[in-house]
Amino acid sequence: MAQKIDFEALKTISPSEIKPLQVLDENGKVIDPNFFPDLSDEQIVELFKQMLWSRVLDERSTKLNRQGRLGFFAPTAGEEASQIASEFAMEKPDFLLPAYRDVPQLVLHGLPLEKAFLWSRGHVLGNEYPEDLAALPPQIIIGAQYVQAAGVALGFKKKGAKNVAYTYTGDGGTSQGDFYEGINFAGAYKAPAIFVVQNNGYAISVPRAVQTAAPTLAQKGLAAGIPGLQVDGMDALAVYLVMSEARKYSVAGNGPVLIETLTYRFGPHTLSGDDPHRYRTADEEAEWEKKDPLVRLRTYLDEKGLWSEEQEEAYIEEVNDQINEAMKKTEQAPKQKVSEYLQNVFVETPPTLEEQIAKFAAKEEA
Amino acid sequence: MAKTTMIKAITQALEDELKRDKNVLVFGEDVGRNGGVFRATDGLQDKVGEDQVFDTPLAESGIGGLAVGLALTGFRPVPEIQFFGFVFEVMDEIAAQIARTRFRLGGTRKMPVTIRAPFGGGVHTPELHSDSLEGLMAQTPGLKVVIPSDPYDAKGLLTAAIRSDDPVVFLEHMKLYRSFKQEVPDEAYTVALDKAAIKREGKDVTIISYGYMVHESLLAADELAKEGIEAEVVDLRTVSPLDEETILGSVKRTGRVVLVQEAQRQAGINSQVAALIAEKVILSLEAPIARVDAPDTPYPFSDAETIWLPNKQDIIEKVKETVNF
Repeated sequence: MAQKIDFEALKTISPSEIKPLQVLDENGKVIDPNFFPDLSDEQIVELFKQMLWSRVLDERSTKLNRQGRLGFFAPTAGEEASQIASEFAMEKPDFLLPAYRDVPQLVLHGLPLEKAFLWSRGHVLGNEYPEDLAALPPQIIIGAQYVQAAGVALGFKKKGAKNVAYTYTGDGGTSQGDFYEGINFAGAYKAPAIFVVQNNGYAISVPRAVQTAAPTLAQKGLAAGIPGLQVDGMDALAVYLVMSEARKYSVAGNGPVLIETLTYRFGPHTLSGDDPHRYRTADEEAEWEKKDPLVRLRTYLDEKGLWSEEQEEAYIEEVNDQINEAMKKTEQAPKQKVSEYLQNVFVETPPTLEEQIAKFAAKEEA
Repeated sequence: MAKTTMIKAITQALEDELKRDKNVLVFGEDVGRNGGVFRATDGLQDKVGEDQVFDTPLAESGIGGLAVGLALTGFRPVPEIQFFGFVFEVMDEIAAQIARTRFRLGGTRKMPVTIRAPFGGGVHTPELHSDSLEGLMAQTPGLKVVIPSDPYDAKGLLTAAIRSDDPVVFLEHMKLYRSFKQEVPDEAYTVALDKAAIKREGKDVTIISYGYMVHESLLAADELAKEGIEAEVVDLRTVSPLDEETILGSVKRTGRVVLVQEAQRQAGINSQVAALIAEKVILSLEAPIARVDAPDTPYPFSDAETIWLPNKQDIIEKVKETVNF
């Protein structure tokens, strides 16, 4: 099938022509059948289930955090189309470089859920990654994942692998130097990377307009000479379409793509004390809630008779069971040991550390 | 076996490793066609191809990120930072990313990266080319920091660094690049990354140094010998982690120690070595631990290097104070 999106043209598009691509309107109706992704009904149901899984995970994680059973947590509700539909378009050997909010993608990419919980609690076992998991743990330094993605993508290109590196940042992250360096390096090497900017309107309390005078974030691709496009980040089918087409374009050797998803986080920045009511209005929140990505896709499936309330209830129960199971494993994790920490610093441990290892090991045994 | 300069010894090590292992990648600003601003990578791109030796856009942080990503996909990156004064642009990638990748992934991934960079004074460079910033690196858990002082060590240490599965910051003193030649084996060999070297034996006082200051220390030792003071000169070679055994062994034998670095007093590595000695062999000391270093100002304007940089005379004076304490 012909490429639905002319990526080459996007390298020279005027910023004023950048418009968010949509597949479903807010009532769940298909806007233009020519821009409908190659997904079967079963696949769309599966995509919806993964988004629902993420919403339930977000709700439960918030509660578990309030109970003190989870630590650091950056809420994801509202961003399911942006996060889950983009992950849905990727393949297992594609390399994911997530930011701190992108835990759902990591779990769907293969990270066991209990490890995601252990990461939240600050336990090394959460970061011991299975051999075949093509991903890094969530990146805390905003922008670092972008320059590293350029490197992974160049590695894939040199190895002749037909895979992409894909990475995420937020709207605030586009102001970082590493954001520009990352997209520019990938462009200069024509490396297979997909850079996603999840524009949820705020970087903690700072609105998007304070980050840059540029009318879109997608147009920042022009500075690197790479295609940049905007997509309705509350529309799962549109995000999937753009990501899967970008993946094809990039894997074919055409270089990287920058994708801006227009989205919203319903919750606070993190659960570490942020209060969005200091900087957002109730009207604005209500406006975005009408665009809830789950509602839109559920309406679409409902009308095709592909999803029912009973199915939803049963599935939510299944997810809750899965979360309970993972929490049980999380809470059974052994205590961390400084002696093991010391062993993880180097492959060839120097004598100076051997001495410290012995000291802590003796304490830990006592 | 042939006499060669340090810069040529470095080129040899890079060539050997590039040919030995196709996963070794050399990249940075002007390291390809141009062969590097100091010719350290001269001719390498022609010999092994653009896939293995290539130029990058002018952005140090991007170079650091490239190294991380390439290491994650199975390569052994040997990136170059054109001058180490530019390390501030890539501090996050080196100190917060490369250094802690193995640790943060609980030992399930490795970072076999060797970051090469020139530094060091005495050659009248413009601003922020000569600064000694090894102290910043040495304070970062997860990095090995290597500073050779002669061609033989440079080749062997660089070969060991590239073959190591751990990240190594390899700092090359500009004044040593072409200042003298030394016999260096033609074939590849390694010098251990965790071993200091005794470059001159002596019984009266230990001078501990690294980089160009090793040579000032050796010159000082020659003059001191004429006055009957036999100084032992220890070349740290790897400034982090320290070879405690060699350092402490020498100090225990001589009972006196002078620490010599080109960096400012508050920077460098001297204070770390001093603390180690004070902690472990204080009862062997006949005199306080003495330090030779640069004044606590930013690196000087180039015309003032001679009045600012520590030299042989400073070392001689400090040794005499220590011996006559």
